[in-house]
Amino acid sequence: MGLSLVVGCSLLYITLLFLIAWRVDRRADRGASVVNNPYVYALSLAVYCTAWTFFGSVGRAATGGLIFLGVYLGPTLLAPLWYMVLRKMIVISKNLRITSIADFISSRYGKSSTLAVLVTIIAVLGIVPYISIQLRAVIFGINTLTGYSMAGAGAGHTPLWLDAGFYVTVAMALFTVLFATRKLDPNERHEGLVAAIAFESLIKLIAFFAVGIFVTFFLYDGFGDLFQQALQRPDTAVLFSFKSVGVSPLAWNMLMMLSLFAIVLLPRQFHISVVENSTPRHIPTAMWVFPLYLLLINIFVFPVALAGKMLFDASVLPDTYVLNLPLKYGAPWLALVAFIGGFSAATSMIVVETTALSIMFSNHIIVPLLIRANRLEYNKDLVSGISRLLDIRRLSIILMLILAYWYQKIVGSTYDLVSVGLISFTAVAQLAPAVIGGLYWKRATEQGAIAGMFLGFLIWAYCLPLPSIALAGYLPTHFLENGLFGLQFLKPSALFGLTGLDPITHAAFWSLLFNTWVYAIVSVNTRPTTLNLTQADLFVNIHKYNSGQEWDILKREAKIADLRQVLTRFLSESRSAAIFNEFEKANQVSLVNEKTAHADLISFAETNLAGAVGAATARIIIESITKEEPISIDEVMRILEQTKEAVAYSREMEAKNKQLEALTDQLTLANDQLKTLDRMKADFITTVTHELRTPVTSIKALSKIMLDYRSELPPEKADAYLHILVTESERISRLINQVLDLEKLQNAGAEMPKEPLDLRTVLQQAVESMAHLFTAQHVSIKVDLPDEAVLVQGNNDQLVQVAVNLLSNALKFCDPEKGAVEIGLLSASPSAVWWVSDNGPGIAPGARAIIFDKFTQLHSAELGKPKGTGLGLFISKTILNQHGGFIQVDNVKLGHGARFEIRLPLLDTASKPPKREDFY
Amino acid sequence: MTSAGLKVLIVDDEPNIVIALEFLLEREGFAVHKAYNGQQAIAQAQQLVPDIIVLDVMMPGMDGFEVARQIRNNPALEYTKIVFLTAKGTQRDKETGYAHGAEYYLIKPFDNEVFVATILEIMEYG
Repeated sequence: MGLSLVVGCSLLYITLLFLIAWRVDRRADRGASVVNNPYVYALSLAVYCTAWTFFGSVGRAATGGLIFLGVYLGPTLLAPLWYMVLRKMIVISKNLRITSIADFISSRYGKSSTLAVLVTIIAVLGIVPYISIQLRAVIFGINTLTGYSMAGAGAGHTPLWLDAGFYVTVAMALFTVLFATRKLDPNERHEGLVAAIAFESLIKLIAFFAVGIFVTFFLYDGFGDLFQQALQRPDTAVLFSFKSVGVSPLAWNMLMMLSLFAIVLLPRQFHISVVENSTPRHIPTAMWVFPLYLLLINIFVFPVALAGKMLFDASVLPDTYVLNLPLKYGAPWLALVAFIGGFSAATSMIVVETTALSIMFSNHIIVPLLIRANRLEYNKDLVSGISRLLDIRRLSIILMLILAYWYQKIVGSTYDLVSVGLISFTAVAQLAPAVIGGLYWKRATEQGAIAGMFLGFLIWAYCLPLPSIALAGYLPTHFLENGLFGLQFLKPSALFGLTGLDPITHAAFWSLLFNTWVYAIVSVNTRPTTLNLTQADLFVNIHKYNSGQEWDILKREAKIADLRQVLTRFLSESRSAAIFNEFEKANQVSLVNEKTAHADLISFAETNLAGAVGAATARIIIESITKEEPISIDEVMRILEQTKEAVAYSREMEAKNKQLEALTDQLTLANDQLKTLDRMKADFITTVTHELRTPVTSIKALSKIMLDYRSELPPEKADAYLHILVTESERISRLINQVLDLEKLQNAGAEMPKEPLDLRTVLQQAVESMAHLFTAQHVSIKVDLPDEAVLVQGNNDQLVQVAVNLLSNALKFCDPEKGAVEIGLLSASPSAVWWVSDNGPGIAPGARAIIFDKFTQLHSAELGKPKGTGLGLFISKTILNQHGGFIQVDNVKLGHGARFEIRLPLLDTASKPPKREDFY
Repeated sequence: MTSAGLKVLIVDDEPNIVIALEFLLEREGFAVHKAYNGQQAIAQAQQLVPDIIVLDVMMPGMDGFEVARQIRNNPALEYTKIVFLTAKGTQRDKETGYAHGAEYYLIKPFDNEVFVATILEIMEYG
């Protein structure tokens, strides 16, 4: 098969992935999420199955029999536990905007930056071998298909430009950078990426299935035939049982335990299952779909391995059976499909893994370093915002891949695919005690986590990668045989004299044993800091908390301007403004005139910042602006000087004390009045926002229901909901208009132009503008106007508004069956008297005193509030007061309708206010 | 889901909000009952003994805190969970809510997903 065909198909496939990601991202921008689907979520979890699964499982099965299954049984066994563990992790992460496993662990232990760095280092060093085998799988895939022996894995001395591995690495780096760092999402969600990964999971399953069916049903006559033949040959029959291939129960259990940890702790698994998760509700589906996927992709592993072993001699590597069986037995196109499947497995792993690692690497190592180096001048251009952050991500991705390339070049050939993967599993398992303990054991401390993890990691490094690096000739090999410093019990393959285990089981056993014990013992013997305690409570008892704002009990202060600047720098101008708005709304405060930010605002900003750069880094950034400046001597002198002046001044004041006393009293009085006014204004704003929130709540909830559950809604329900959306929107606009009216009235009311008006025209205008509403609701209206003009001094628009308000109230409260409303006017010198009455239930005597107050609404017991804003009568009363008149509600017996009466001074007697009659 | 057949009482003086909540909870299999003010809420709670009450705070007449207080003082309603869902969002309001024996204190406008997840979470951990 030609090289150009293979490379061409691969490029075509990558283009297809791009298209998928691009379309999904576009739809996500429009608000229609494709990824918010439990099956896509479950499929994306199958990023767990890498090229190692695809090629390596067969290789492993061909030498170790059923042992290959351990890696998949672990996660399958754990799946039922997801409902507790994974869900808790997701809820915590969504609340705290956790961006990676390092962020998660560091957050739990008091936002410890040391831990964040340690986890990042463990993850990067632990995962690099794993990435390297993906590169290797792609390289030998190409080699096998094309038959060329392109210099690749293990060929240590080829020049760079002739090395296929180099080009594969560069292509992968380019692909990942383009794929994962197009934009900076504050919550690290990449919908396009997830969709592409889910698609790749399908492709690799289909490809492997195709090869399996070909081998089982075309090369043999089904499973029965294949197994029968295999049982008759000693070299394949031995694979059918554990005992005969020498798998110890400890090794088997250890393998399951490692994979059980890996399924949540591998950076790519954490990224897909927690960070990219759209809702915890997807978990129940994933709990059965994902194990089913594992079952399907493993069904043909054993048959293919047996067939390969029977049909090929030892010169064909078992890791290449998946490609070589179709290639050598007449189905080269199937071999190409298989290659694309394996390629798919490798690319998805590399993309997600390096993305997750780069988030950790840039958030926890690079950005903190830049900030530390530039602590005092954080506003200079060193870490300037989003594009800079993305550049750092890109560089991190490239760095990961260079490391992986280097690793596969120097030690790549020492182990087979599966063993290298397990080295990474063992490294990542070192995070397990700190994560699991952190979720359920409040007493665990930062020191415990650091000590345990560090020791476990050291043992891992000493037992697994170091020997292979030494064997590859980069280190003296002396310690392999005789132990470190010649101490026999430190032999990396037999620590403390424990022999008889394979290297992985041996290293996993000792590292996890020490890790867990040291973690527990150090935790019990150290005192957690306050922050560590609050975070611990938050993680262990997450169900007590529901939003990420209130748990910080630390007392901190910072300038709001600084805070704003930092947020703008790391997020964006609009995002930072949105954060401040959100805070103002949630706490019903205004920050406009505030200079100092208190603990709650700082914590809120920090949580949001953490979404972009991780908790530990966010804390460092925030700390850099919350530090207090020491007071200089100059400043102290200046304060003293001012005090001295103040003392002198107050003596002078004392001399004039008597004269001033009276004035002071007046001022106090005025001040009190101002304070009262201020308080009233604040109350008013609180009430308005509350009144706005109510319709917004129904609109938000119902429109989201219509968006999410469109398909399950019966049409009449959908119509009813749409109708509610319209009326609630009208309610909002009505409220806004009336609030604006009120504002206008209170600011400029007294200066509104007034002219001589005939009240008959005013009332007629009002009646005409309302006429269609009356007709529509079948309410009769009787207009009773005198023959002569009733002249008053007033503002036409405002008085019409009063009449309209009264009429619409009457319309609203009149008898629902046979509604009747009356409006009338008469001249009773010195006042013009005008009334509006209806035949509704009337107003209870107790309510009559309060209906003219702001936001008073009368309720019916059955259906809650009527539609209205509660401002109409207050506005009317204000307008009339500014016209020298007043409004009152008449003393009609309850049940006989309501009657409102207005008195305004007639024009010729405008200087004398009308006498108020007492109706109560 | 474990919510099938559990009884929920929604208390809010805003009928449109009740409609939305009713849809969301019925979808999860709850048997939904409704009350539009505090007195109704108390009466219905005594009669139904719901598993959970979703309770507004600002209502005409008896407010939600008072309703919660009376429910907590009724030994027959010992296992009824209370969740406040209200536009009153200050820290002090929240504390008052928790002091009145609520499991959760959610702020309006709420997120459908979060609301449902919270209710399910309570029914499970409670």
